[in-house]
Amino acid sequence: MSLANETLASLRRRLAAREISPADIIRDLAAAIEAKNPSVGAYLSWDVDAAVTEAEQTDTSLPLGGVPIAIKDNINVTGQPCTCGSKILAENYRSPYDATSIRQLRAGGALPFGRLNMDEFAMGSSTENSALGVTRNPWDLDRIPGGSSGGSASSVASATAIAALGSDTGGSIRQPAALCGVVGVKPTYGRVSRFGLVAFASSLDQIGTLTKTVEDSALVLNHLCGHDPLDSTSLNEPVPDFAAALGRDIKGLRIGLPKEYFISGIHPAVADAVRAAIKTLESLGARVEEISLPHTDAGVSTYYILAPAEASANLARFDGVRYGHRTANATDILDHYFSSRAEGFGPEVKRRILLGTYVLSSGYYDAYYLKAQRARTLIRRDFEEAFQKVDVIVSPTAPSPAHKMGELKNNPLQAYLEDVFTIPANLAGLPAMSVPSGFAEEGGKKLPVGIQIIGKALDEVTMLRVAHAFEQASGLSHLAP
Amino acid sequence: MEFKVTPVMPQYIVTIGLEVHAQLNTRSKMFCGCAAEYGADPNTLTCPTCLGLPGALPVLNEAAIERTVLTGIMLGCTTPPVVKWDRKNYFYPDMPKNYQISQYDLPLCLGGGVPLYDLAYPKDAQRSIANPGKVVKLTRIHLEEDVAKSTHHDRFTTIDFNRAGTPLMEIVSEPDIDSAEEAFAYLNSLRQILIYGGVSDADMEKGQLRCDVNISVRPEGQKELGAKIELKNINSMSAVRRAIKAETSRQIDCLQRGEKLIQSTRRWDDDHGETTLMRTKEDAHDYRYFPDPDLLPVHTADILARVRAHVPELPHEKRARFERDYGCSTYDAGVLASDKALASYYEDAVAADAGVSAKKLANWVINDLLGVMNDNAIAITGCPVKPEQLSALVSTVESGKISGSQAKEVFNEMFQTRRSPEDIIKAKGFEQMNDAGALETMVDQIIAGAPDKVAEVRGGNEKAMNWFTGQVMKLSQGKANPKMVSELVRKRVLG
Repeated sequence: MSLANETLASLRRRLAAREISPADIIRDLAAAIEAKNPSVGAYLSWDVDAAVTEAEQTDTSLPLGGVPIAIKDNINVTGQPCTCGSKILAENYRSPYDATSIRQLRAGGALPFGRLNMDEFAMGSSTENSALGVTRNPWDLDRIPGGSSGGSASSVASATAIAALGSDTGGSIRQPAALCGVVGVKPTYGRVSRFGLVAFASSLDQIGTLTKTVEDSALVLNHLCGHDPLDSTSLNEPVPDFAAALGRDIKGLRIGLPKEYFISGIHPAVADAVRAAIKTLESLGARVEEISLPHTDAGVSTYYILAPAEASANLARFDGVRYGHRTANATDILDHYFSSRAEGFGPEVKRRILLGTYVLSSGYYDAYYLKAQRARTLIRRDFEEAFQKVDVIVSPTAPSPAHKMGELKNNPLQAYLEDVFTIPANLAGLPAMSVPSGFAEEGGKKLPVGIQIIGKALDEVTMLRVAHAFEQASGLSHLAP
Repeated sequence: MEFKVTPVMPQYIVTIGLEVHAQLNTRSKMFCGCAAEYGADPNTLTCPTCLGLPGALPVLNEAAIERTVLTGIMLGCTTPPVVKWDRKNYFYPDMPKNYQISQYDLPLCLGGGVPLYDLAYPKDAQRSIANPGKVVKLTRIHLEEDVAKSTHHDRFTTIDFNRAGTPLMEIVSEPDIDSAEEAFAYLNSLRQILIYGGVSDADMEKGQLRCDVNISVRPEGQKELGAKIELKNINSMSAVRRAIKAETSRQIDCLQRGEKLIQSTRRWDDDHGETTLMRTKEDAHDYRYFPDPDLLPVHTADILARVRAHVPELPHEKRARFERDYGCSTYDAGVLASDKALASYYEDAVAADAGVSAKKLANWVINDLLGVMNDNAIAITGCPVKPEQLSALVSTVESGKISGSQAKEVFNEMFQTRRSPEDIIKAKGFEQMNDAGALETMVDQIIAGAPDKVAEVRGGNEKAMNWFTGQVMKLSQGKANPKMVSELVRKRVLG
């Protein structure tokens, strides 16, 4: 069997036993990518020779020693492209530096290998907004993998990656993880340095993991998390051993089900999967109770004011002056800006830059941006109150399984609602993850659905423990199409 | 019957406010570890953060915050308990991120003022100061990042990002300045305080101090201010005065012709001595300020406490102390305190010799030292005469060991050769003869050769005594102690 099909934990055991070498893994992954990427399209680029050279020098005695990790194409790795799924960075940009998250993975012995497709600048939930290629759901190639970390989720689901890094601004790790049947974790805001993550919405962005099992995520998070003086919003808090905390039972743990999340319009298979998951959790001894997060309905609109506002400034630097796409034959500096950006950005990015510019404009600031900040505070307080009563909150990750490709292409508002369950955790800065919880049947094909587990701030340990207990009890682990 | 009406031309009131940008002299930039230096090769002091590369993040430079807080303390501002940074959005090639990290509604300093001192006015205006002792009120001081430096060539523009991200303090005055001379004095006084605090080198020619001027003119009797017109591209102290004068007359001419002035920004052309329109209010930027999500708000209590312990003596405090402790005249104290380095030089010289006259030293520093320094265009920090050497020279002349004219000669030699006054006095043979026996021999020799002169003195012409003294001085080749000689002459002649 190809090493590409194995979990990170199993590869580590075999590397430690010297049964295999890091280069063996790279070669098997390369073969898997060659075979599957033409149909799945998770990867935008990968450099086998460089990775083999690097693999031969890794210290396999380190906790992640010799494990390749695929990287979403918005996290900087020295010498590699960092396209963000955009034409504006696709032509000639090579990153001159490592993101802190990459430095930390390297320090744990891991190898960053391959660049994964994404919605342009992480704006979207289908990966259809990538300007650089189509990514498909490995469970049904006619369907989307979710997004924006669609390449990350589909690479792990199609066994062309052992584990992947993604970024999550409004659900961009959890939603594709749910749609592709893998585990996706967004840690507490500030747990993982954002230095080197190309910013979409700085107050919401967080790097996280997409893996085949909960344990694999915990192993990667052990190295990914930690304080970084280069990121002022990074938290200076001790990082527990997440993997060591797994396996303990969840008897007596209090699980909250927010009534506002069980809205009409949820796909029946998703509702069934969540109900089944709750039964499983109860059978493991957890106490499940209904809670209320009263400002949930303000989440999507709050998010679609704040995130575009921040993005409109964050994306201003892509102007063709110092790097990136530059229009040919500009007549003057204004024409240079207009044409370079008009040619370089896709429609969804333009839509959000316009939105963000509008809500920050003089005369509108108070009505939109300031109001949204207040709503954000209310949403955060909802969670603070709920967490007085419960240890974790469980909900569906996404309202439905994967859509058909193109289904929501011309309906951005409907597409924005894909994130209705995942956005609040970003607004509140809380850790949240998705684990597979069953399947929907569509056209004779099994489509994964996931449940979301939201933890208290900085309490990834409890969140991961619940996820792990559920994964073990449900047997929905290391799924493959 | 015919009435002749003489139209009365209205008088105009000019109101001026200044926005001064001062580069802080921190070692590193505002948001990254790159060196904040002037004069390095283009684009050698850069990193992902100050180049605005994708994914790079800013981290606040605490030394820059401290320097700004110190400036606020020196100028009597208040610092809010919590301050924050905001993004100011506009596109320009010298702005790597196309937004500038600045402070919008919670700046580091609020209120305060700049006291204008007489010598800060232009030289020709110092005799006719309209508002002596005026303190120009400040609105605020905030801390932001500087932009890169663009150089425009024939068909292209080059950008040097070394300056991008260096810390910049913006000091905004109230519209509280009444004339070009006051504006000049304001800048000069402010500059002095910045240098005193060690927060900025504040050299306008090097762009370390930059200044935009807001001017409005209104007819006397009108309450509300006239249209605010901003002047940019003012690059020297003297240009500030020229630009304000030119723009004021332009605005008055417009009003007299019955034209309406509109809020606008104009560019000063120092070569042609005129301002030209850049943009009007309609084209004004909407900067879309919002809090920078990459930076957390800063609590200032600890910083304030730390900085308060290190507030230096301010120029006006130093002036008062020089008058009080050293007996300097008001003018001398003003000149000495006008330059922190000069004041230190003077104080070092005073401290070098407990017996030296501080007042005499002040005369030497101002009349002799500053004279040659200016003639040779040397700054006080590069002065070839060490403070303790000047002190020694002044002591020597005061004790009567050398004459005043000899002292000047020694001083010039010191300035040119950097040698000590002792060496020069010795080499020139200026050391005085104080040996009473030797002097007596000389006096007796002259007396013996001039019995008629002796008779003249004894006859009542005391003035003739000077002739003897002169002869002895001649005989001693100028080395005799003149005081001792005249005493000896009196004793021996009048006996």
